[in-house]
Amino acid sequence: MSAHPEIPAADAVNIEIDGQACQARKGAMIIEVTDALGISVPRFCYHKKLSVAANCRMCMVEVEKVPKPLPACATPVADGMKIFTKSDIATGGQKAVMEFLLINHPLDCPICDQGGECELQDLALGYGGDVSRFSEKKRVVEDKNIGSLIATDMTRCIHCTRCIRMLREVAGKMELGATGRGENMKIGTYIEKSLESELSGNVIDVCPVGALTSRPYRYKARAWELQQAATLAPHDCVGSNLFAHTRRGEVMRMVPRENEQINEVWLSDRDRFSYEGLSSDDRLSTPMVKVDGEWQSVDWETALQTSVEGIRAVIAAHGADQMGVLVSPSATVEEMLLTQALARGAGINNIDHRLRQSDFSDQETAPPCPTLGQAIEALEDINAALLVGSNVRKDQPIIGHRLRKAAVAGAQVMFINPVDYEFLFDVHAKAIVPPSQMVATLAAVAACFPDAAGSDAVKAAVAAASPDESHRAMAQSLKDADKATVLLGNVATAHPQFSLLKALAAAIAAASGAVLGVMTDGANGAGGWLTGVLPHRGPAGSAVETAGLDACAMLAEPRKGYLLFGVEAACDCANPAQAAKALDAADFVVCAGAFASEAMKSQADVLLPVAPFTGTSGTYINTEGRWQSFAGVASPTGDSRPGWKVMRVLGNQFGLDGFEQQSSEEIRDALQQQLGAVSLDNCQAAGAVAQAAMSDGLERIGDVAINAVDALVRRAPALQLTPDAVVSERVQLNAGQAEKSGVREGYTVTVTQGDASATMDVGISERVPDGCLWIQSGTQAAATLGAAFGPVSIERV
Amino acid sequence: MTVTARKSDLLTAEARTHIDAWLTKFPAGQKQSAVLTALQAAQEQNGGWVSRELMDAVADYLDMLPVQVYEVGTFYSMIELQPVGRNMVALCTNLSCMLCGSETIVEHVEKKLGIKLGETTADGRITLKLEEECLAACAGGPMMTVNGHYKENLTPQKVDEILDGLE
Repeated sequence: MSAHPEIPAADAVNIEIDGQACQARKGAMIIEVTDALGISVPRFCYHKKLSVAANCRMCMVEVEKVPKPLPACATPVADGMKIFTKSDIATGGQKAVMEFLLINHPLDCPICDQGGECELQDLALGYGGDVSRFSEKKRVVEDKNIGSLIATDMTRCIHCTRCIRMLREVAGKMELGATGRGENMKIGTYIEKSLESELSGNVIDVCPVGALTSRPYRYKARAWELQQAATLAPHDCVGSNLFAHTRRGEVMRMVPRENEQINEVWLSDRDRFSYEGLSSDDRLSTPMVKVDGEWQSVDWETALQTSVEGIRAVIAAHGADQMGVLVSPSATVEEMLLTQALARGAGINNIDHRLRQSDFSDQETAPPCPTLGQAIEALEDINAALLVGSNVRKDQPIIGHRLRKAAVAGAQVMFINPVDYEFLFDVHAKAIVPPSQMVATLAAVAACFPDAAGSDAVKAAVAAASPDESHRAMAQSLKDADKATVLLGNVATAHPQFSLLKALAAAIAAASGAVLGVMTDGANGAGGWLTGVLPHRGPAGSAVETAGLDACAMLAEPRKGYLLFGVEAACDCANPAQAAKALDAADFVVCAGAFASEAMKSQADVLLPVAPFTGTSGTYINTEGRWQSFAGVASPTGDSRPGWKVMRVLGNQFGLDGFEQQSSEEIRDALQQQLGAVSLDNCQAAGAVAQAAMSDGLERIGDVAINAVDALVRRAPALQLTPDAVVSERVQLNAGQAEKSGVREGYTVTVTQGDASATMDVGISERVPDGCLWIQSGTQAAATLGAAFGPVSIERV
Repeated sequence: MTVTARKSDLLTAEARTHIDAWLTKFPAGQKQSAVLTALQAAQEQNGGWVSRELMDAVADYLDMLPVQVYEVGTFYSMIELQPVGRNMVALCTNLSCMLCGSETIVEHVEKKLGIKLGETTADGRITLKLEEECLAACAGGPMMTVNGHYKENLTPQKVDEILDGLE
């Protein structure tokens, strides 16, 4: 925190605070200056990331020649101003305000979850009287049910309106309001309604009192019992910074750790509440081996020995080519690197982390790893952005927030999507088309650039395209923008023609001077590439002798044996039905992970309990290519061990060299050294592309549901009760299509993809284009279905 | 494509005309400035009170979030959120009127109609407004408004005459 950030002379004013002369930026509020100087001024409604409301009146200060105290948060500095923060007028004003605030605030600190970390409690110590002069009745406000994430005790509310402003200005939708007036003013939704925002948990942080607290954390622990340790969010490629609050080694809650370059002071609900999944019933606590169809808990040595023997037996009988290794894209760099070393050491080249991808045709010419191509912070300053196949608001909520900031400031944000996802800003232009037409639509935009270059496939797609006004408008917007970007989202990376989408996006980016970015699945998609958890490349992009099968191929062409690291095939793979078939038929399956679902238990032969991100040290490389390392914050559950240690011992048991690391840092440093000067850019040499498999009939849109991205989130009960999660279990289609298909809202239907099917309820949504069924991936409902994108049919049960 | 029903369909053509007329008085893009008059129009079409559905309709019509309309609707005392009688009688009980004897008037009216402030007569003829604040007619206190019209210098007899004349 610098007291004097560079202030250009023309913008500077000279002021004096408590007798200390200083310079401040013209127009800055007094409280910004005192905060920068470390002078404490009490406040409740002021928040540096929110608009100024000046309604709590707590930040009273005295200004020379002004007869009354002034609110520091709403008084701009002026040249020559003399400010007193500790004078009798200032403290007198502050104390008087505190007395008013305490009139209606209940004295229930001992049973309040905020007790011990409450801004009102803290300030009341300094500014409150010890005896109240108020003898009338205190007001009581009924609590509201605003969903599974946030608990309310509205009698404690002091009407600072930070929550309202946070939801309106940051989350983008004013879901809370202040109804009534005077003594009857209440903060709430007015009607009973769950908050829908993916950033709603931030109201817990901004609430200065115990009115809005975390519902899952309620009555679980006291602030002073907790230890704080830094960690990272493991669910998206942003890498939001977290603090884990633990008690006796158990994670009690997650809160944001400020990092202006990444998540600022915010956190997505997914990152905040997923820790609940850590105490899921099916958390693995001991190594287990299946003996004659019965699961037995065993010691590590037996489990590892059984794994080694099983894998060796598969290799001996069928060759290393018959082993497949799948690694979660949210595994750490260290886990990935050692798993990769183990696989390659054993001669296995069928290894991949791109579990949801289905088109790998351009991987040979791909850059070292997919990245955003720019800093997350830089997204705020763009003038135009074209997002292709991205529900960025739900997939990477923090990036969605940055883009929203840009859009609110006037940037033209555009989308080519299979679903008309809700974005809480003015979308400049959008093309909502079925997945099979996304390539043609993107090609039509590319065709608006006469000098768009690319491979033959790109040229052919562009030649076949017929751009209309809307495509030209998108192209023009990118062309005119000073700073533009073209971003491929998670729908694009999972799309059956990802390579062509990417090639077209690259052509558009090059022709318009925009930055190309790719947002990957998981927390460590970039790490997956750089550590060589790929069939065609080793660590740091090194060549491999024989390329293996990619994630899709090694399940489409079943192998005899599999090693799964952190993977729950039914929900994590692009084609759950295919994955289940392959794993069911395999001779030998080792699952290393934190959880063991029933499906995994029926498929696996050995279960190795690996600590989730809270129980291991490790590194994630985020979408910017930023390396962030973290230490373990929680004690291990039962016999579970950090993944890199498990893999290291497994390597030793295999008798392989290079498994002597003493710490995760050693593994990371070795990779960094190997990477050396590999530069991260998204430049892609023209490569092969997949051609469209056209189909008549309905198409599935199988983007991943926000609260189903990985095993941990899927086990977090409160997140599974959010409106987003509830809707994701349904098949959604528009009213016209529903009529054609003979179904209605609320009908129970069977959806079928080849010989895979699932039963679910129908929801009607006009966000879905004609000819499509929106059935999100990763959910329990979709766990028996086939490919995320492709032909699908629907029939009433 | 089927035409989807919109929440604003609840507003009558008359109410829309009224709102549209007000919209022309505000700069483009400032539709929400008309929220108060829109609520009054909605109240008029609905027998003197606004239901939640009507507030949602206003929100939809003015491109606002429902909660923003609820904020306004609950703030202003001239927006009624519960069904009311055919006539709205608001007795000022603020300082000047109180000094001039408004308490006697309130007592008299309550006794005459057999209801308390904030209640409606069983036949739906009259609603007595709860806690009406100063109506800025202190010189004529005690005073009241009947359907928005000022009645000043009240005496029990004068009140009787006025109330008996209401349909």
